[in-house]
Amino acid sequence: MIDARGLSCPIPVVMVQDAVKKGNNPAELTVKVDARVCVENITRYADSQGYRVTVKEEDGEYTMTLKK
Amino acid sequence: MVLLIKRIHPLVLISGVVVGVAAVLLSALGNPANMGFCIACFVRDIAGALKLHTAAPVQYFRPEIVGLVVGAMIMSLASGEFRPHAGSAPATRFVIGAFVMIGALVFLGCPLRMVIRMGGGDLNAFVGLLGFFLGILTGIFFLKKGFTLKRSYEVTKTEGFVLPGALAVLFVLCLAVPALFAFSEEGPGSKAAPWAVSLIAALIAGALSQKSRLCMVGGMRDAIMFRDFNLLSGFSAIFVTVLLGNVILGKFAGFGTMSQPISHASELWNLLGMMLVGWGSVLLGGCPLRQLILAGEGNGDSAVTVLGMLVGAAFAHNFKLAGAADAVNDGVYTVGGIGTTGKAAVFIGFAVLLIISFINSTMLGKQEA
Repeated sequence: MIDARGLSCPIPVVMVQDAVKKGNNPAELTVKVDARVCVENITRYADSQGYRVTVKEEDGEYTMTLKK
Repeated sequence: MVLLIKRIHPLVLISGVVVGVAAVLLSALGNPANMGFCIACFVRDIAGALKLHTAAPVQYFRPEIVGLVVGAMIMSLASGEFRPHAGSAPATRFVIGAFVMIGALVFLGCPLRMVIRMGGGDLNAFVGLLGFFLGILTGIFFLKKGFTLKRSYEVTKTEGFVLPGALAVLFVLCLAVPALFAFSEEGPGSKAAPWAVSLIAALIAGALSQKSRLCMVGGMRDAIMFRDFNLLSGFSAIFVTVLLGNVILGKFAGFGTMSQPISHASELWNLLGMMLVGWGSVLLGGCPLRQLILAGEGNGDSAVTVLGMLVGAAFAHNFKLAGAADAVNDGVYTVGGIGTTGKAAVFIGFAVLLIISFINSTMLGKQEA
């Protein structure tokens, strides 16, 4: 689980990028963020890396699941 | 290529076009040439109007700044994105904001004005673009070394209204009791579009920029780091729109470095000033325009950054750090440029950003979460 809550642009995407590279394209990643702009940025990056993204929102926090 | 285009959101392009059209129109209606919008210049003018500095040619309470922040606030309230957060190294952000402003005033414009100047044919701005690019590369180097100003936390709703509220109250006060404020009688501060037009244009630009996340530094940063060209499309749309707008209005006189409006041809300092802006903006997570928009969304750290920019602008003029524009007076061409204190301030800025970048990255060992 990548906890990127409260972090400003583009740190959340950098964290996901690191996880993708270090994990050698893991089949699944979970990311927690608390801003819609982070959801959009991570989704665009994940899409470019061939991941499908599902997002669950609860009390202003978003749990993103990235799957190959 | 198809994939790249697919990932570009049309709203970013629309925002770029609207900001570009507004910039050209505001200049045509009275704002200084190639300065329909300039966050650095306009925050500097507000610092002057509030008598935080006494540079007589640059004092005016610019409605554009109020409109951008309040427009972003209204849009974020309407879309449920007004969620006040703060606590991510506010003092550090204040200092970075101040040096971003100093770098911008050495160049004579924020990244948005840099693009507007490019669209006006000012080749000095292209040198600034090179510096901006180098600054962004430097910032990215530290991002890849684990740079972060740590997380922010949710704060009370009222916290998010402080900066938009203060700007709105001061602006109303400025209209109601203008004698309280300073206004330029000559120079860039004396040139302004009708305030209502400026305010409405900025409200629209602010709302669209909030929704589209338009950011000058984000465009290049995301393209380099993630091959994400979404924000860069907004940057490009502003350039093309301003260029076309100037051609249509007959204001385009070709590309050149001499006699450009509120610009100087001291290219080394154009480059270094914008390099400072690019680096600082990457550390902040967005350009000066984006900081205004985030402040409108209730981001307390960006509000502090804007205050840092305001103080940086006051310093820039009180200590003669800002660049002087090349000018023609009575037929004599006067070369502007940067004074010794301005050059020293740029190097101090680089030293400060280097220290901040090192301390907040993992280069000196693993950071605590």
